[in-house]
Amino acid sequence: MSKETPSQTVGPFYSIGMTRQPMNLMASASTQGERICIEGQVLDGDGVPIPDVMVEIWQANGYGRYNHPDDKQEKPLDKSFTGWGRSGTDAKCFYRFETIKPGPVPGNDGAVQAPHINVVIFARGMLVHAFTRIYFADEPANGDDAVLNSVKNKARRKTLLAQRGERDGKIVYRFDIRLQGGGETVFFDM
Amino acid sequence: MEIKTYNPRDWRSHPPYSFKDYGSSVKRGPLKKLLPLKQTLSEITGPLFSDIKLAPGENDLTRSADSGKEAMGERIIVVGRVLDEDDRPVPNTLIEIWQANAAGRYHHPVDQHNAPLDPNFSGAGRCVTNERGEYRYLTIKPGAYPWLNHSNAWRPAHIHLSFFGPAFVTRLVTQFFFPGDPLIPLDPIFNSVPTKAGRQRLMASYAHDVTEPEFALGYRFDVVLRGRQATPFEGPQ
Repeated sequence: MSKETPSQTVGPFYSIGMTRQPMNLMASASTQGERICIEGQVLDGDGVPIPDVMVEIWQANGYGRYNHPDDKQEKPLDKSFTGWGRSGTDAKCFYRFETIKPGPVPGNDGAVQAPHINVVIFARGMLVHAFTRIYFADEPANGDDAVLNSVKNKARRKTLLAQRGERDGKIVYRFDIRLQGGGETVFFDM
Repeated sequence: MEIKTYNPRDWRSHPPYSFKDYGSSVKRGPLKKLLPLKQTLSEITGPLFSDIKLAPGENDLTRSADSGKEAMGERIIVVGRVLDEDDRPVPNTLIEIWQANAAGRYHHPVDQHNAPLDPNFSGAGRCVTNERGEYRYLTIKPGAYPWLNHSNAWRPAHIHLSFFGPAFVTRLVTQFFFPGDPLIPLDPIFNSVPTKAGRQRLMASYAHDVTEPEFALGYRFDVVLRGRQATPFEGPQ
């Protein structure tokens, strides 16, 4: 058996290789599902927003199906939606995705997972990426979600909830990510 | 539906989040213990980019895509294989590449190192592995450059590579280094990898079989992504 290649930081210049083209506009006019914007800042241990951070997301489509051959559910695929997006930050250190709210997907042991978005974070200064999940604070199914319930501390559980708001008639979910310190976001070993 | 999960992240291969010799890491990683998550459909799927169409020349960084003019510096050929931990090839997987130019400067507004920019070198490329997991691209050997981590700090020459693999959990971004570079043992980013064997896996090797006469030297850098557990378990429904 071979050993994994070690991770190294993306460094301060990752945009050359990874964000030259915008990859955060994931939904087109024909994409099925509730159109949402997800945005927020990634904060360091001093609570300072990080400019040189990159966020990638992976999600199911509006029906709750992943665009991947290992998802063998009979739900429809949506040709206009890959489920993947990537964002650097704007001048105010906000990342942002235009997407749709994912449908629920199966969990383990016959359970259904609450709608969620899978997140991976890279930054200058991060030698290895961090995994987290975005859940939707106004989603009734959250109470039965096995991953959310595995976070025993309720205050920490809240770090996984995006808060719904509205701007210019559009639905905007705010999801800040705190890499460490007070209110540190829950990160997963998966 | 059965779920075939991926091996856990091999933390003996990866650097820690916080590594004090690399100052920027200290405030930028979780301090609390990571919460174990049993993989679900969300983790064993991921972006495959199977319909991606690379433009001609994306795997050749030695020429400007706009003008077709040649970049300055030592032309090199980089090849390698992307495998999983069981040595199975990872086919048709996207690789993103970025690096400094021959003078050690990135084509990026934040890079203020007083070294010349090369108008014919963007430092960005992409390629895709073939059915055998092999990749190949042409570039210019990058230069070393100073950074502000500590006094007289210099990054050894390196090339950044980004990999996706077959699932959300196989994502990897790394850097590789060139054999014989005296700056390598002084580099805290290289040294953040906890084992000598792990650090060795960040080294490209000189490959005379890849070197092309009268054209360019060859280097080989093989990459190993997380492998998959052999036994499926009854997952969703």
